[in-house]
Amino acid sequence: MNIEESKDFLVSTASLKEVRVFSREVFEKLKLEQDLKDELVLAIAEAAQNIVKHGYKDVENTTDRMQIKISMKDSELEIGFFDKGKAVVPGNVQHRKLDDIKPGGLGTFFIKQIMDAAVFKKDEKGWVNHLVLTKKIN
Amino acid sequence: MTYKVTEEGNVSTVFLNGEIDMDVTEKAKEVILPLVESGKEVHLNLKDVSYMDSSGISVLIESHQKALENNTKVIVKEVSKSVLKVIMMAKLEQILNLE
Repeated sequence: MNIEESKDFLVSTASLKEVRVFSREVFEKLKLEQDLKDELVLAIAEAAQNIVKHGYKDVENTTDRMQIKISMKDSELEIGFFDKGKAVVPGNVQHRKLDDIKPGGLGTFFIKQIMDAAVFKKDEKGWVNHLVLTKKIN
Repeated sequence: MTYKVTEEGNVSTVFLNGEIDMDVTEKAKEVILPLVESGKEVHLNLKDVSYMDSSGISVLIESHQKALENNTKVIVKEVSKSVLKVIMMAKLEQILNLE
């Protein structure tokens, strides 16, 4: 089944639940198995959280919105994240070492564990950052 | 997220309920950390936690580390399947006290 759905959200921690609801609804339509759905929802929520936490660090009560686009074509799942926060330097996006036990730094690790690829692309529609997560769905 | 705290002797049990994400981690810490800092043994019951992300995992790590500092312990109990999966993905099942 091919699908393409997008939705925009206020950049806020309060939107994270809404992000999960949207993601679950799309994956429900794709009839993915529960464990896979849970993992994908986590990856999406972590990427959205990174926008709120890092892209808008020290910015309070922004009215900016972020957009999430989920598409599936020929068993290739692609999830796009668009935001107007601080420009991400891809080389600086790293998770902490797992044996360095401390709070924080796991979101990017989860994304990399769950998805096949996470790539920042040049955006042509006026957004600052465009992250694309992909995964082959068997 | 909602919560309930019960006390029995030197053990405080915090029953967390719902989804734990970045939006509620401060609230979770406000409930858990003072109990740990008071030197009590804290049991975190997660049977009704349906979702936890990296922010929630950070609360578990911080609680665990705070307990070590205060010569007490935090025991994570009745972990739901979905939360256990995230704990294992973070390779923390040997670090946290799980029961």
